[in-house]
Amino acid sequence: MPGILEDKDRIFTNLYGLHDPMLAGARQRGAWNATADILSMGRDWVITQVKNSGLRGRGGAGFGTGLKWSFMPKVVGERPHYLVVNADESEPGTCKDREILRHDPHLFIEGCLIASFAMQANTCYVYIRGEYVREREVLEAAVAEARRERLIGPGNIHGWDFELHVTHGAGAYICGEETALLESLEGKKGLPRLKPPFPAGSGLYGCPTTVNNVESIAVVGEIIRRGSAWFASFGRPNNTGTKLFCVSGHVERPCNVEEAMSIPLRQLLEDHCGGVRGGWNNLKAVIPGGSSVAMIPAEQCQDVLMDFDALRDLKSGLGTAAVIVMDKSTDLIRAIARIAYFYKHESCGQCTPCREGTGWMWRVMERMAAGQAEMHEIDMLLDVASQIEGHTICALGDAAAWPIQGLFRHFRHEVEDRISSYRSGKPHVQGATLLAAE
Amino acid sequence: MSVRRLSREQPASFAFSEATQADIQFWLGKFPTNRRQSAVIPILWRVQKQEGWVSEPALRATAELLGMAYIRVLEVATFYTMFNLEPVGRTLIQVCGTTPCALRGAGEVMDVCRSKIGPKNQLSPDGLFTWQEVECLGACVNAPMAQINDYYFEDLTAASMAQIIDDFAAGRDPQPGPYIDRANSAPVGGPITLTEPSLFDGSRARKVELPNRVQPEPAA
Amino acid sequence: MPKAKVNGVEVEFEAGMSVLQVAELAGEEIPRFCYHERLSIPGNCRMCLVEVKPGPPKPQASCALPASDNQEITTNSPMVKKAREGVMEFLLINHPLDCPICDQGGECDLQDQATGYGRDDSRYALNKRAVEEKQMGPTVKTIMTRCIHCTRCVRFMAEIAGQQEVGLLNRGEDAEISTYLETAVSSELSGNINDLCPVGALTHRPWAYNYRPWELKKVEGVDVHDALGSNVVFQVRGAEVMRVLPRINDAVNEEWLSDKSRYAIDGLMRRRLDRPYVRRGGKLQEASWAEAFEAVAAKLGDSSPDRVGVIAGDLQDAESMKAALDLFGGAGVPNLDCRQDGAQIGGGPREAHLFNTTVLGLEEADAILLVGTNPRLESPVLNTRIRKAWFLNNARVGLIGEAADLTYPVEHLGETHRAFEEAAGWGHPFAEALRGARRPAIIVGGGALARPDGGALVRAAAQAAQAFDVVREGWNGWNVLHTAASRVGGLDMGFLPRGGGMGAKAMMGAAGQGGLDVLFLMGADELDTRAIGPDTFVIYMGTHGDAGASRADVILPGAAYTEKPGTWVNTEGRVQFASRAVFPKGEAREDWAILRALSERLGATLPYDSIGALREKLISDHPAFGQVDYVPTGRPLDLSLVGLDGTPSDEPLRSPVTNFYMTNPIARASLTMADCSAVRVQAPVPMAAE
Ligand SMILES: Cc1cc2nc3c(=O)[nH]c(=O)nc-3n(C[C@H](O)[C@H](O)[C@H](O)COP(=O)(O)O)c2cc1C
Ligand code: SF4
Ligand code: FES
Repeated sequence: MPGILEDKDRIFTNLYGLHDPMLAGARQRGAWNATADILSMGRDWVITQVKNSGLRGRGGAGFGTGLKWSFMPKVVGERPHYLVVNADESEPGTCKDREILRHDPHLFIEGCLIASFAMQANTCYVYIRGEYVREREVLEAAVAEARRERLIGPGNIHGWDFELHVTHGAGAYICGEETALLESLEGKKGLPRLKPPFPAGSGLYGCPTTVNNVESIAVVGEIIRRGSAWFASFGRPNNTGTKLFCVSGHVERPCNVEEAMSIPLRQLLEDHCGGVRGGWNNLKAVIPGGSSVAMIPAEQCQDVLMDFDALRDLKSGLGTAAVIVMDKSTDLIRAIARIAYFYKHESCGQCTPCREGTGWMWRVMERMAAGQAEMHEIDMLLDVASQIEGHTICALGDAAAWPIQGLFRHFRHEVEDRISSYRSGKPHVQGATLLAAE
Repeated sequence: MSVRRLSREQPASFAFSEATQADIQFWLGKFPTNRRQSAVIPILWRVQKQEGWVSEPALRATAELLGMAYIRVLEVATFYTMFNLEPVGRTLIQVCGTTPCALRGAGEVMDVCRSKIGPKNQLSPDGLFTWQEVECLGACVNAPMAQINDYYFEDLTAASMAQIIDDFAAGRDPQPGPYIDRANSAPVGGPITLTEPSLFDGSRARKVELPNRVQPEPAA
Repeated sequence: MPKAKVNGVEVEFEAGMSVLQVAELAGEEIPRFCYHERLSIPGNCRMCLVEVKPGPPKPQASCALPASDNQEITTNSPMVKKAREGVMEFLLINHPLDCPICDQGGECDLQDQATGYGRDDSRYALNKRAVEEKQMGPTVKTIMTRCIHCTRCVRFMAEIAGQQEVGLLNRGEDAEISTYLETAVSSELSGNINDLCPVGALTHRPWAYNYRPWELKKVEGVDVHDALGSNVVFQVRGAEVMRVLPRINDAVNEEWLSDKSRYAIDGLMRRRLDRPYVRRGGKLQEASWAEAFEAVAAKLGDSSPDRVGVIAGDLQDAESMKAALDLFGGAGVPNLDCRQDGAQIGGGPREAHLFNTTVLGLEEADAILLVGTNPRLESPVLNTRIRKAWFLNNARVGLIGEAADLTYPVEHLGETHRAFEEAAGWGHPFAEALRGARRPAIIVGGGALARPDGGALVRAAAQAAQAFDVVREGWNGWNVLHTAASRVGGLDMGFLPRGGGMGAKAMMGAAGQGGLDVLFLMGADELDTRAIGPDTFVIYMGTHGDAGASRADVILPGAAYTEKPGTWVNTEGRVQFASRAVFPKGEAREDWAILRALSERLGATLPYDSIGALREKLISDHPAFGQVDYVPTGRPLDLSLVGLDGTPSDEPLRSPVTNFYMTNPIARASLTMADCSAVRVQAPVPMAAE
């Protein structure tokens, strides 16, 4: 058996889309099973189950899902409650929510119903990134099906009036940030809001709102059907459950796979992805959680466990569990320069450090990739990164700073070599495939 | 990204087609009646489907439809990069250029586009194609990939991209999805997980008894 | 009261204050760009970062963070210093640093704060971003490369002006401020964004490159372009008022000013009457003061007082009106009027002609009925208060008169007075709102007053006000919105026909038929002077070669509002003093002094020879003038005393102002106002809803 998790413990059984994604197939695989029973247990019970499972948000920040739900007002006042599902999936390296939306939409819709019930929301919006046209088509079809079968909608068989509306963006990474998403959902530019107030107090249309990632929501039905203890039995304490991993880059067979949390990185790559291209020793570095987290060098990849705490200890993060593998042929400086370009491109432009700093960092990174920079610019770049980090309205500023800090933490010598060799007339040619935009 | 501006050349007028109008009703139905503005992105997208791009008269029509100030609609149209503010080719190829795709050969895919179509962000001389380099499209395990019109073409190589372009040029209808031997995001050579037959034989549809029905006393 | 520690010093604060405000309470200065007291808080510039405990281990934007009890706020730690330096550096990397050629120089927040909080060197060696110029019309000059994206301009336009015309387009480092398709901003309040812009991105186009702020002498004044009495500062170099900026007065104009009040001042240098003229052989010829007085005295001496008429214009100061009243009234002239528009109000209880809710109090109104007025054109700044009432208390606004975009939702109840009956027919939802309101207000404008049936219309409005209980214990919701700065002062001193004398309209009618021997026009230019017959001798005392002067037989050159100390009483009844900013042009004199001199020549010397003495007389004769810069709220008023008997006609009610930019001789002499009128009134660019 590859990896740690057994097939019987996998939640997303149609991850690869080999089976019928629609209602008949989904039911066959266990979706919509005992949903009415779940709701009959009451909201507090549902929230307690989710809390006990140890589920931490799968959108990147890893905040406890049950705890987050419990921040919603206990009683619905004048303003309705909303659940908003974040299906903006734009973090480079990440492509897991897509599989849920297009291959297991019913499991997801069921999760939306349960979560909305737990938070006393009668309306749920699912905000899908605009580029996911096919995914949206499938989800819309599944929603129509669920409505037709009275699984959701007014007067449905579950006894909780519930509308689910699918909507979409149009090309803006920042709309994955939960408050920017809310702005976008209100028909505006995706500018993150200041917090406080937090969405649970004043979110969509000024009403109490919870924003959750697709995966966080889609696992809820199975967690409750099988028991929080079942879910909590995978992974290390505080890092429990099963998790979708997206492995891209220089592995033999890139793929998405559901695995137990805390699986060793090496095992993940070797069991599921055919290992690093050219063998383990050809590994140079891994970005373990999507482009926003710092890379870790091969030495650290050897034993590290794929979970929140282990990666945080390495000054990186689990993020979205999008593992970007880079072998020895990689021009790491170019790879990070391209990520710096991404953040410059995706900055909303609202606050000063991010608007001005991301462009500055990218331009300096380009000079470094070419070797044209001055040595002292390395420290200056790190200082600039530290002036963005923690000074912005949302976490995009941090996300732009961390990959660069990660590069210099582990591969400063490469940058220095690049600069020296450029000055001694040995221009660098490696990594020419990584073209920067613009 | 550079500054996005409205095209210099603009049509004299714009009208929502009947099909678009039906879609608009569908979208407006999703939001509270006093929150019509929430539909602006989907409606601009619908407009782009109708015309191929978003023109200035269309922006005004959308603003009036939703009771929004023109400037607010223009803000939205210039903020979100999927809105084409000038006409694009009938086939719009958006190659992902972000690091995960770049690591697996997005550069070569873009080279093919450049040589077969021309410089990026420009309508090809025959008016059939525009290609762009875009940011991560969220299909990284199928890198390199491109979105062509609405759908994703995955696991591309220089050769398969060239073939796809030729097919579009010839009026054929190349299919989206992976261009190597794999099913969606399963590993090449076939899935090595999710192979257990009992997952799919209906046994999971049997009614389950919920665990934890009796709430354990919360720890003090 | 909750307490917090700011840099170790304990302060008490009111719940609801932000960390920034609490730090200021403690005397700490917090740098900021985006934050502005009167606008929403975007927290986007990040300049105001401070450290707070308890809190995350990173600096927080103090402008947006609510202060909490027992918070420890640190504004001087290394973390804060570093954060500020960082933000400052980011703001400067793409800023052109073209201070020597920038009109903001000397009053630039960026310049000031860079000296205080910036690094002393520049680490950015790459190319700077350049932003394409944007057109915004005759009042706003843009140099968008200087923009620091604080969005004050966007927020002012959307929130205060209520016209969504300015936006931040694109995103990231390409974000840029623009209007839709670079059309001119159409708001009558556009100049305020030039004030608000903390850098030189938006500056006053009419004044571009004319001055450096530090070379200007500052004199406090009162605006006369409408009846609000906005508080202003005249900024003077030599003999010229170079610019007019708002002066903060929360009870009047907050810190806003209309484009006319601000930019019409170039009209003070054009078409000026700077010496006396006397008509000889049908032609106006230059004359000495002695010759002019001679001609006037001769004519007045020949005329019986009841064949003399005096009309005071819209911009007149109270002192000059008082002098005229004493002089002509004392001589037994019964034909006196300060209402050149023929408004049928005045003479009754003072409250009948005042804006009793007060401008500040209007914010509290929760239902407002507008009658024959377009407040956006008659007083754009006052209009922002109605908008505020709508925004803050969801006030419902109803309108009887011409439908118009007032920048907030308005329920149009009808065009004629019949709407009163219909609304008062009680089924109407707005009538319900008005009846249920806690603080109902009715605003009657010149469109109702200044008509032959104005008195009857006012009566109808007053009856409605009575029916809706608009004047109640502690709240007076009866409001008259005047358009003339002089009007309330004139009414308060009784500059009105006496003993069966003629009002302005009747005087003009008489003058057309040889019924008047002498017509004395004090800056009265909104009259059809072409209708004056050849037998009436016209004396024009004023400032501009406008309607009055063109028909005059003698011109006595007076002082414009910037050129004399004066008292004005605004539409609320607020008495305000203005100082003299510059001297009158050429041989022109302050108006009261002209009248004083004339009185001597006529042998009826007025009993004061200084403005101080004149003011004393004014106050002792009319005690209302003694209460300076103060208006009580909730003044009682017997509404049954308001208005005149009669039957209103079915003529639709129209605002008295059709072209906001052309309402007085100064504005009509102003090129800037002509530009605004051309762009905004004659060829307005369509803007969508809201
Ligand atoms: C710049 C930025 C981009 C983000 N993008 C996404 C995204 O695409 N999808 C997502 O689920 N969360 C994204 N997040 C995280 C969300 O803000 C939020 O934490 C998450 O949706 C909460 O869901 P969870 O608690 O279920 O993880 C992003 C955050 C930031 C700062
Ligand atoms: S133009 Fe001025 S006021 Fe407007 S965003 Fe730029 S700096 Fe701020
Ligand atoms: S003043 Fe606080 S962020 Fe601008």
